[in-house]
Amino acid sequence: MSPDQRDGPESVPSASNPSDGPESVSAHSDLPARILELGEELRREGVAVGTSEMLDAFEVLGEISWTSQRDFREALAATLAKSQEDRRVFELVFDRFFFRAAEIAAVQEGIREGERAALGELTEEDLEELRAQIAAALRDGSEGAMRDLARMAIAAFARRQEGSGVIGVDVQRIRRALGLRAEPQLELPPEGGRATDHYGLPREALRRFEALLRRELERAQIERTGSLPPARALGELDRALPSGPLADLAAVHRVVAQLRRRLATQGMQNRGHRRHAQVDVRRTMRASLQTGGVPVVLKYRPRRPKRPEIYVLCDVSTSVTSASVFFLSVLHALHDTFRKMRSFVFIERISEVTDIFEHERNFKAVSEKISGDAGVADISGYTDYGRVWSEFLTQVEDDLHPRATVIVLGDARTNGRDPRADIFAQIASRAGRTFWLNPEPRLYWNYGDSVIAAYEEFCTAFECWTTAQLEDFVRALTRPVASAQ
Amino acid sequence: MSSSQTQEPASVADVSAGLREVGYLPGESTALVSFLATRLGKPVLVEGPAGVGKTELAKALASYLGRELVRLQCYEGLDEAKALYEWNYRKQLLRIQAEASGTGWEAVQEDIFGEEFLLARPLMTAIASEEPVVLLIDEIDKTDQEFEAMLLEVLSDFQISIPELGRVESRTHPIVLLTSNNSRELTEALKRRCLYLWLDYPELEHELEIVRLHTPELSETVARRLVEVIGMVRALDLKKPPSIAESIDWARALLLLGVKDIDADTFTETMSVIVKHRTDMDVVADRVGLKLRSPADVA
Repeated sequence: MSPDQRDGPESVPSASNPSDGPESVSAHSDLPARILELGEELRREGVAVGTSEMLDAFEVLGEISWTSQRDFREALAATLAKSQEDRRVFELVFDRFFFRAAEIAAVQEGIREGERAALGELTEEDLEELRAQIAAALRDGSEGAMRDLARMAIAAFARRQEGSGVIGVDVQRIRRALGLRAEPQLELPPEGGRATDHYGLPREALRRFEALLRRELERAQIERTGSLPPARALGELDRALPSGPLADLAAVHRVVAQLRRRLATQGMQNRGHRRHAQVDVRRTMRASLQTGGVPVVLKYRPRRPKRPEIYVLCDVSTSVTSASVFFLSVLHALHDTFRKMRSFVFIERISEVTDIFEHERNFKAVSEKISGDAGVADISGYTDYGRVWSEFLTQVEDDLHPRATVIVLGDARTNGRDPRADIFAQIASRAGRTFWLNPEPRLYWNYGDSVIAAYEEFCTAFECWTTAQLEDFVRALTRPVASAQ
Repeated sequence: MSSSQTQEPASVADVSAGLREVGYLPGESTALVSFLATRLGKPVLVEGPAGVGKTELAKALASYLGRELVRLQCYEGLDEAKALYEWNYRKQLLRIQAEASGTGWEAVQEDIFGEEFLLARPLMTAIASEEPVVLLIDEIDKTDQEFEAMLLEVLSDFQISIPELGRVESRTHPIVLLTSNNSRELTEALKRRCLYLWLDYPELEHELEIVRLHTPELSETVARRLVEVIGMVRALDLKKPPSIAESIDWARALLLLGVKDIDADTFTETMSVIVKHRTDMDVVADRVGLKLRSPADVA
């Protein structure tokens, strides 16, 4: 399925090529246009592909042989996708783009696959045989065998039951019916029966097999209908807020790693007092040479960014259950990166959990400990912000200073209790900066018992329920402070 | 240095074989991007987790191409005086004092801003070198954005402007590798000038090959078991997953101990070679130690 092989035969060599690419590129009249289209598509998915990247891509294609799809793909990736995230999008777009391109050509040319090999009635033994073959192919990781088996599996199941018409559902249905699992099942005996159950299948190979199933199903669908389904943007589905705490912890860690870096450099650099600057003797001497050894211009040591101090207050009450998993993983990631950081969780009263985060690595254990014996004394299970503020203030009053940053994670729903914005104002005035992250969409703010408006006077509030919004927050957090508060 | 000067590699396979010869087993994309770098003369931005051989790649490329390796280690607060060039002001002062009277200002000034008084730092060395070199700019993500901006002139035009002297242009074309641990986003301007290479932990077979290369005396079965276990450990969410260097260390340790098979006991005893955080050790002992118990009997 090498793209050039698919596209090659139809293309006519042409001399009038708009691109300035090397000789080999202009031999294919189609290809430059295709590459540009691919670039277009990448841009639509949010990958920053500039003109210089496109030029590089053409230059690179002049240097490699196109007979290997791998080289072709890697060479394009090296020039077009310039971060891990971009690279992931590139893989998806590249597959989709050339898959579609090839299918369009096939539909136009009227090429159809021959009738699928007719299988007899599917018996349990056949199924078991197929299962064993797939498991073996997954272990070997041979792409060709896996593709053939994917098609056999699809053919087998088309006979057994009606496809649902939704490709994602069909893929899972087939996988389940074949009993392909990644997780080891230790309770089954290692010997006898299905030997693969005991250790589970390699996760990566299983994922590839699913991708192949998906692709073959798509191809069958295109063949049936004789047209392509509309291209769907990769969009939010692939980049939404981490919902599974363990699986997507890595995504949160990535965002927070950026947050740390920006906090550590940009935000703090512009603060503080110039009068503490130290004279850099070496550079002053060096500069003095321009004035014949007389130090006319003093040079100062560059200011090292100060370590930020962060206080995080995290709501873990029932009204934010869905979001608190996200918040806790943010906290968890923050603890990995900041040393001077104290965290508190609260419902009705607050409880310091800095120690738990520092000593417990496993996220699951952390959340269990917090919900269990962290000592969040909740009698009613309803948030009492007034009480939280006053307790927080008594605990940290002496430590708060203008370089400290206070971040509150919560929905500001007081359950009808007094918000005590006056105490919150005291906290905000002592701390350098105060931020509020609200997991509710802005639309719902200040409806019902939400009192975010009362607090918003003293802090900057953000809605935060996707990683993109978390990044917005990071950007705001690191913006230079206009004036001292 | 350049006694074994190799000519430009002609194909990706050449690069791959050449790197193998000097003891670096490149992945497919690594070989391809290295090849493109030598052909196009574009800098390569190498990103990936710590310990996957980013710095090693630069060293291997240098020794394969028979070039000198010039290394610039980046850190917070690195400035051009340490990266590009600096005037040797002590020498300049002495020069001025030695001729305090008698010489005119013009003569002295012309004199003390000559190349004799210039201290070349890594970037300058790489650009001004007679022989082509491999320039490694390590951990670029540790520097400030201002420094990145300064690099742009060097990376795109291979030249350095010195106000007192004029422009120093490169005589030869260095191969430039920038490495980053991805601790912050680099600027678009820098990325645009580079080819991008993402190095990840190698796949099982690839890592097995690497381990076997470094510890050929270790038996095949133990080595295979070892990389499988390493894979299991990496799948956990750890503070610091074991790097390739650590797998090799572990292989050496097992070799010294004369281990025949990795079972739960050997694992817990030697685990500290690959896991280096107390909290991580608990997790690993818990999860991997358990898994090792039963299959050990079967294998």
